[in-house]
Amino acid sequence: MNGRSLRIVLRALLIGVLFGFVLVKSEVLSWYRIQEMFRFQSFHMYGILGSAVLTAMVSLQVLRRMGIRMPDGRPCGMEPKVTAGLNTRYWAGGAAFGLGWGILGACPGPIYALIGSGYTVMLVSLAAALAGTWTYGALRNRLPHY
Amino acid sequence: MPGQVASLITEPWPWYVAGPLIGLVVPALLVFVGHAFGISSSFRDICAATLPGKLEFFAYDWRDSAWRLAFAVGLVVGGLVGWVLLGPADMSGPAVAISGATRTDLAAMGITDQTGLAPPQLFTWRALGSLPGLLVLIGGGWLVGFGTRWAGGCTSGHAISGMSNLQLASLIAVAGFFAGGIVSAHWLLPLILRGLG
Repeated sequence: MNGRSLRIVLRALLIGVLFGFVLVKSEVLSWYRIQEMFRFQSFHMYGILGSAVLTAMVSLQVLRRMGIRMPDGRPCGMEPKVTAGLNTRYWAGGAAFGLGWGILGACPGPIYALIGSGYTVMLVSLAAALAGTWTYGALRNRLPHY
Repeated sequence: MPGQVASLITEPWPWYVAGPLIGLVVPALLVFVGHAFGISSSFRDICAATLPGKLEFFAYDWRDSAWRLAFAVGLVVGGLVGWVLLGPADMSGPAVAISGATRTDLAAMGITDQTGLAPPQLFTWRALGSLPGLLVLIGGGWLVGFGTRWAGGCTSGHAISGMSNLQLASLIAVAGFFAGGIVSAHWLLPLILRGLG
């Protein structure tokens, strides 16, 4: 129930707007920036990723130490991701994602933000990403995961 | 003074401003929404909401993910506000300040028009009529959607959220993201762009 109450949904919408705005202002949603990153020709994207991870890490520690709770009353935190065996899903799935990221120059957040930025043809890429997600759902039992 | 404030909004932000703001999305979503940062699961939610099928992977109540769909809609609105309403006034020149080396490399690959957020040669409806456009927009999009679900997360869920939580799984996934991305940027993309003619 906690993901659907109106107040929660409106808050998520607002955070999304702010995040989308930052994606534009930081040029993270630009295809050119992603090409530059994978060619190691600028620090810009690495600086953003690094400082974002660091900020999130410190924030998580602060939330935990202060004992701040989520709207449903549980302490702030995330479910740990399962690691086992060869961890195939992470490196193989990650590599498939990376191949797409390097061509399309946009990961899921920027795909949405680019649609709003006037690059409406990204609706086609969104549909293609949905098709990819559906394909995963269809092949799931036959793909190696761990 | 009003001019300085206006330029703060219209000019691009440096990494040390943008990065921490992006990092703050993680605690903001936990505290105000009660969920971990992750966007690509919205693809699964949309599939679950729109494709009535027999696949077990999509057989769940997507309404519980309403917050994530709202977050995705917010991203679209944020893009609209940031670029269409408050973006650069002059769109005719190179809008994104990438390095000269990248400009030269991209030009050598046939990306001669480097205006906007993404090259018009590939990111317009007209580009769907060309093989490079199709491969980039549809092939790239498909791989992003397929890979992210297989890996269990994307740049937000693994690279930012997972790494900040020191998850080994996310570190492996991010290594995969970059391995794939480097292969694409250096070999696959130049091959695809040969068809630009």
